[in-house]
Amino acid sequence: MTKKKFDVTKHSLVPKHLKLSDKEKKEILDLYRISLKELPKIRKKDSGIAHLEVKEGDVIKIIRPSATAGESIFFRVVVSA
Amino acid sequence: MAQETKLLPPKLAGEVLELVKGFSESKAKKVKEIVLQEYSHAQVEPGECVGIISAESIGEPGTQMTLNTFHFAGVAEMNVTMGLPRIIEILDGRSDISTPMMEIFLKNPYSKGKDIKEIALSIKETKLNEISDSFHIDIADKSIAIALNQEKMSELKVTQTMAINALKNGAKGYTLSQVKNGLLLKKKEKEENINVLYVDKEKFKQLHVSGVKGISQVLPVKRGEEYVIITSGTNLKDVFEMDFVDETRTMSNDVFEIAEVLGIEAARQAIINEVFKVIESQGLNVDIRHIMLVADTMCNLGLVKGITRYGVVSEKASVLARASFETPIRHIINAALIGEEDKLDSVVENVMINQPTPIGTGLPSLVVKVKE
Repeated sequence: MTKKKFDVTKHSLVPKHLKLSDKEKKEILDLYRISLKELPKIRKKDSGIAHLEVKEGDVIKIIRPSATAGESIFFRVVVSA
Repeated sequence: MAQETKLLPPKLAGEVLELVKGFSESKAKKVKEIVLQEYSHAQVEPGECVGIISAESIGEPGTQMTLNTFHFAGVAEMNVTMGLPRIIEILDGRSDISTPMMEIFLKNPYSKGKDIKEIALSIKETKLNEISDSFHIDIADKSIAIALNQEKMSELKVTQTMAINALKNGAKGYTLSQVKNGLLLKKKEKEENINVLYVDKEKFKQLHVSGVKGISQVLPVKRGEEYVIITSGTNLKDVFEMDFVDETRTMSNDVFEIAEVLGIEAARQAIINEVFKVIESQGLNVDIRHIMLVADTMCNLGLVKGITRYGVVSEKASVLARASFETPIRHIINAALIGEEDKLDSVVENVMINQPTPIGTGLPSLVVKVKE
């Protein structure tokens, strides 16, 4: 059986993951008036962000298709473990 | 873009921006302000105990759920855990679910039914004991003779070489030779204890020969216009690597496996889908927002955590809140040993000591500004 590489990001369950720049990151934290550790977390080796080259402390913007709001935006901070 | 539209959900913000096109700037600003105001009225109030409302909203219809564990997925041979046991299984975050299952979608032309039987067979895992008639131990010779069944082998599309390769990798410490209608394994070392032979015999019976590991049953079914393969047992990663599989839609019902292969966000969506599927199949009506809240809580830390004392409850900061859930004495003893502090800033611990809880109107408090 030939093995093929599969692209996780194309799966229907996986929403769009984007890495925020430092400027955008600061804007988000200011807008919601929170610190970094108050954000929900995502592991560094999570399959959904394997293509993004992230480091710890980066904020990932997730654009989820939502049953109630059409599209909803969610943020997660990258953690090591 | 103004601050107002940033606080709105993208869909609504887009609609507003579309609406105010051609308006004067002050008028547009006013529209945005009113929309934002209406939107924030529709939102949940700060201090609303959404968790308790979710718990009640899922729990009350839950009492009407049948305890009927099994539901047949199309054909009688395959059954899936449904109903209350399934809900408990998902929300507890169990990694070993009782009926793991996959729905494998296929690429064109295979989705139209081309070679569907062959494909299904190539996914099913074949173990050594499925293609052999007997495993015979010769104690004097210290060997195991395996009689292969040629009929079954051709039925399952397994060749003798595949069986030999499987044994070469799986049977270390044995010399392999082909004999009439079968294979002979001879122990290399002088082994006094013959029990080892019996243990090894059982091990060889379960040896993986061909197919995808963990898939014990396959069932091609026609769903609408296309063919889908339903399996019992899951192995998303290996199935995704097969070139006839549509890796964008193929689904597993194992939330942990999805978290591993597709990431935490996919797992969150899978939890919502799976819970909602059960509730819907029972003819109950629970708002999807409640399920979303539970799924978000479970996936908050980047890993799937169950609503158990080992999962999300163990993450609570307050000792008393943890103790009030399950195994109170253990929690209190452990907290005492390391000198843990309780800030009393959540609900349960304040109920315990008879103080107003920080929910609803109890949330805001006054702070005095000291003059410098």
